Amino acid sequence: MLNCKEVTEVCSAEMERPLRLGEQVSLRTHLMMCTGCSEYRRQLKTLRQVMQAYAEGKAIADDVAPGPGSA
Amino acid sequence: MQNPPPDSAVPLSASMQGISAEALLSLRADMLRFAQLQLRNTEAAEDLVQESIEAALRKSSSFAGQSTLKTWVFAILRNRIIDHLRQASRTVTLSSLVDDGEDWEERLDALFNERGAWRDGPRPVAWPNPEESMQTRQFWAVFETCLDHLPPATGKVFMMREFLGFESDEICAQLGITTSNCHVILHRARLKLRGCMDTGWGRPEGSTC
Repeated sequence: MLNCKEVTEVCSAEMERPLRLGEQVSLRTHLMMCTGCSEYRRQLKTLRQVMQAYAEGKAIADDVAPGPGSA
Repeated sequence: MQNPPPDSAVPLSASMQGISAEALLSLRADMLRFAQLQLRNTEAAEDLVQESIEAALRKSSSFAGQSTLKTWVFAILRNRIIDHLRQASRTVTLSSLVDDGEDWEERLDALFNERGAWRDGPRPVAWPNPEESMQTRQFWAVFETCLDHLPPATGKVFMMREFLGFESDEICAQLGITTSNCHVILHRARLKLRGCMDTGWGRPEGSTC
């Protein structure tokens, strides 16, 4: 059985490579019982979307920049 | 309405494209932050940003508006950063990758108890609507701060992967690290970034920073 710490590693690994069958089964089993890890996995996907938007220059959506600090 | 002459750091031709000097300056500042985060080298970042803006303006006939300009210029900048990194890959030393220190790794370990289960505080709970938040400046300010706070070597690998879109194989080859090392670095970056976003944005009612 995987614990939460190991599951967070698998959740990251699945963004890099196809999981082995054993990993898939262990992951799915754990996620069924663990809301924390299910949420973690969802949030990693959100972060990837945010990162994509950031890379496309969408971070600067606001038209009014407060413009304090640097001149 | 007359536009005053743009700041000297901005190509003059900008005003001819119907883009205000102010908008271009703000775009330039965003690009610079971007490039610096990736390159950690102010001079190289400024060069690449300037080149990208000029390249975009030279081929500006098909701009439909400022959002197109932004997207386009950032795409150009991203390609230039990728080229720059590929050319400079020889100069990246392995030691710069193992130098992030173990302190922060211990702090990541502390998210879990001795049985490897989430501790109560850091255990993830659902985030408020990310799509909506992504329309706010506040969200991006937190996000950029969190990216900035990744340890340098870890941040570099993470940005190569998620911002520049390198496959992990290519990152390994460029930086001379093993695939498993690369995956470990990416895992820690995600764990850390998630925690930072959680604190800074995901849990507004309990925000302490």
